[in-house]
Amino acid sequence: MAKDEFKEFKLVGTRPDRPDGLDKVTGRARYGADISAPGMLWAAVLRSPHAHARIVKIDTSKAEALTGVKAVITRADFPTGLTGEDWNLQENTMAGERALYDGHAVAAVAATSKLRAEEAVRLIEVEYEVLPHVIDVDDAIKPDAPVIREGAADATVPEGMPPNVVRYMEFGRGDVEAGFAEADLVMEKTYKTEATHQGYIEPHACMGQLGADGKGEMWVCTQGQWFIRKMCTAVLGLETAQLRVTPSEIGGGFGGKTTIFMEPLSLALSKKAGGKPVKLVMSRSDVLRATGPTASASMDVKIGMKKDGTITGARAEFRMQGGAFPGSPVDMALYCAFAPYKLTNVEHVGYDVLANRPKCAAYRAPGSPMGAFAVESLLDEMCRELDVDPLDMRLKNAVREGDTASYGPKYGSIGLVETLEATKAHPNLSIPLGPNQGRGIAAGYWFNHNGETSVSMAISEDGTAQVSVGTPDIGGSRASIALMTAETLGIPYEDVRVNVVETGALGVNEPTHGSRATFASGKAAVIAAGHAITEMCKRAANEWGIDPEAVEWVDGAAQPAGDNAGKFPPMSIAEIAGKMGSTGGPISGHHESVPEGVGASFGCHVVDVEVDPETGRTTILRYLVVQDAGRAIHPAYVEGQYQGGAAQGIGWALNEAYIYGDDGRLQNTVFLDYRVPVASDLPMIDTVIVEVPNPGHPYGVRGVGETGITPPLPAIANAIQEATGARLCELPMSPPKVLAAIKAKGG
Amino acid sequence: MSKVHVTTSVNGDEVEFLADPRETLLDCLRDHIGLTGSKEGCGTGDCGACSVTLDGTLVCSCLVLGVEADGKRVETIEGMADGAELHPLQRKFIEHAALQCGFCTPGILVAAKKLLETNPNPTEEEVRYWLAGNLCRCTGYDKIIRAVMDAAAELRQEAA
Amino acid sequence: MVAINLWSSLTRFTDGARVVEVEAETVGGALDGLVAAHPGLAPIIEAGVSVVVDGEIAPNRHAQLPEGAEVVLMQRLKGG
Ligand code: FES
Ligand code: FES
Repeated sequence: MAKDEFKEFKLVGTRPDRPDGLDKVTGRARYGADISAPGMLWAAVLRSPHAHARIVKIDTSKAEALTGVKAVITRADFPTGLTGEDWNLQENTMAGERALYDGHAVAAVAATSKLRAEEAVRLIEVEYEVLPHVIDVDDAIKPDAPVIREGAADATVPEGMPPNVVRYMEFGRGDVEAGFAEADLVMEKTYKTEATHQGYIEPHACMGQLGADGKGEMWVCTQGQWFIRKMCTAVLGLETAQLRVTPSEIGGGFGGKTTIFMEPLSLALSKKAGGKPVKLVMSRSDVLRATGPTASASMDVKIGMKKDGTITGARAEFRMQGGAFPGSPVDMALYCAFAPYKLTNVEHVGYDVLANRPKCAAYRAPGSPMGAFAVESLLDEMCRELDVDPLDMRLKNAVREGDTASYGPKYGSIGLVETLEATKAHPNLSIPLGPNQGRGIAAGYWFNHNGETSVSMAISEDGTAQVSVGTPDIGGSRASIALMTAETLGIPYEDVRVNVVETGALGVNEPTHGSRATFASGKAAVIAAGHAITEMCKRAANEWGIDPEAVEWVDGAAQPAGDNAGKFPPMSIAEIAGKMGSTGGPISGHHESVPEGVGASFGCHVVDVEVDPETGRTTILRYLVVQDAGRAIHPAYVEGQYQGGAAQGIGWALNEAYIYGDDGRLQNTVFLDYRVPVASDLPMIDTVIVEVPNPGHPYGVRGVGETGITPPLPAIANAIQEATGARLCELPMSPPKVLAAIKAKGG
Repeated sequence: MSKVHVTTSVNGDEVEFLADPRETLLDCLRDHIGLTGSKEGCGTGDCGACSVTLDGTLVCSCLVLGVEADGKRVETIEGMADGAELHPLQRKFIEHAALQCGFCTPGILVAAKKLLETNPNPTEEEVRYWLAGNLCRCTGYDKIIRAVMDAAAELRQEAA
Repeated sequence: MVAINLWSSLTRFTDGARVVEVEAETVGGALDGLVAAHPGLAPIIEAGVSVVVDGEIAPNRHAQLPEGAEVVLMQRLKGG
């Protein structure tokens, strides 16, 4: 499709090698755990074996007496008096009066070696008084459920709600009852999804150093070095600017590395150990037990539909637990649930609930996959009932520019209709299916995000350019930002170096999250390059003795704009840069803002499955992702986002889940048991990049990172129904559950 | 626990270090001889990020003790390129955008190299099963499989 | 005057009103006006909300409100 539009660009839309590729294929790239420093100590953390327990006493004397142990800390070493989310972060970093989940940190040690630190941790004696716990979200709102924290509810929760409800919301418009009355078919069902983990292959790791003077440094794998700085200093009562945070290369994040889990421990240990640097690396089981999984959800959906597929009314009531702290993405889940559809009568109700689980973190399009699982599953069943084609139904109800979104605001330019049409036209839809095979379709949505952004770029003496960004490169954003900068400056891609810099080098940046790096840092880099161009035109004008207004920038050189301006040969960026010292000093550009013009991204997935009727095992035969990218700056990395999102969604749909025992302990704490998709589980993942340019970005970019994880959950459920006749309303759709559903059908 | 003196060859160079008998080969590579290209994703043999070869056998270095490397030959990601010249697999991974975060990449490259030494003409299915012990959370494997197949084709051509 | 559309569970704090009219030229002015009219909303506004003006999330408190703008209050949007 929009390939013709690419003709206006030299670089945007091409697929050059990524600038950090060489480092990453040779093992040279340095990730969180790959750095060491002279005098460095190693840390280890003691974690609660109980889901909920009062901490009666902690005796650290034996650990402290061990040779090589330089510091032992408990909550007593942290400042008191924090409130709100700062308190939540501190409490999650190190338990206070109670351990709130299996894996909650209760003490930490720094010693001269990793093994010594681990030995010392085993010598710490903790006396616990085990308390009743609650794991399931529906159990947590029962009247007799153990109360996780009195007074945690915010002002949105009306009197009389169960104590574990900490946030409550209702929103919508129109009259849903009237909508249902208009319908030819009204269906209502309940859906459940289990918590899953982002599953980045790199465990959290950092090296922190903090002196008695309150000045510190940290090296850490993170999606956002400024978030790390703000949160660590808040938890430890430090001045924000005194901590300098350098991001390592990052081995995946998917939202889970936008917050802190154990980073302040390395700083607190360092301070107690006289300012020696302290390295802290999580094990995989620490990662699964104590870092951000996503929320689990229980969802009621009711929809009314006419015979022709028109949706007349829709209602969603979602309950989500995000661990022992407020913050499940129930709001986002509700916003996204009906976002693809034009609705006049819609109602949403949401409960954010506490349970004895780790504090949830963002996970790729937080909330959206759960809501889509419920809504897109029910819509599919209704299409079957009314014998309406599921793609036609979606096209009939699809939102377009100017429509009011289900969650309130009006849509700007969006590409849902184009996405659905491209899906309909794809050859995968006409491949015939065999016995026990089924095809499923579902749509998905993510808003995309802007966020605080600060970017600097500078022209070097030879006319090459460096760009300093604050958004860590997780999936090729250095390449896309270099492409846009080079395109703007009119210089080769190879002449631009994009550096992800530490907190001391720029103003505050939000993390690489919300699919914002290529949009926000990219937009800021383009604007900054524009400032440098203005300056270079001025330098050329001064040389020529003409008005700067009469100079234009074409193909990497200043030239007089038209004959009236004077006759001078173009002055290249290298010529201007070579003389900058004597023509006014350094040439650079800078831009900071919360960039406007975020473009939302819709996607549609089509999956073909085969279900073994003997075992209930589902095999993915074919997979298609169609999604609007606005404009793909580096199409290979856009495809990569689509494929990676789909693979994570497939794992969530079929296999991944947090499994708790009756004792409230997490039972699957290694990758063998928390099984993410492996290469032999998946087919090639076909992609179609739809391009409806975002008018809010100089090159039309929409964020593409998140939408792709949303449709797989319902698309696979829909395909399984077609293959088996059985409808699964609970994730994961693992073989035993599918088999039971087939049996229950009498199949 | 008293340390053990280990003499081994890593990427062709003779290397000596003192290992605590409890330390894994991965820990020794990373912490004693500064080769941090091999990664720890799990420590339990499930993710393959620590893949190296030991006397030519593909192993998870997190499941091998450092002392077991005594007298053996270890090959890691750091030894894969021939000086400045990348191995075709390394080149193809960059060319096909077969890495996003790149954390799984060293292990996958080491494992894929062993595959192509064992089977120069693998089918897609054979590549998928060979790499089933190497987790990648970012890519959905599509571009990784393509890069390996393409590198295999190039190597066959060179050999022909 | 601008009309601010609230999410419906906030009507507990606004004597049942889903739409509250305030005199304001900027996003910040509108939020301050809301709190002045209905002090019960203060903790919710302080906890952070997104203000959507004519379909776009307002970048900051100083963003202007054009005459007749559609203003929708939402819980704060974030991403993964
Ligand atoms: S770290 Fe060795 S297999 Fe995961
Ligand atoms: S590229 Fe990130 S885990 Fe494979």
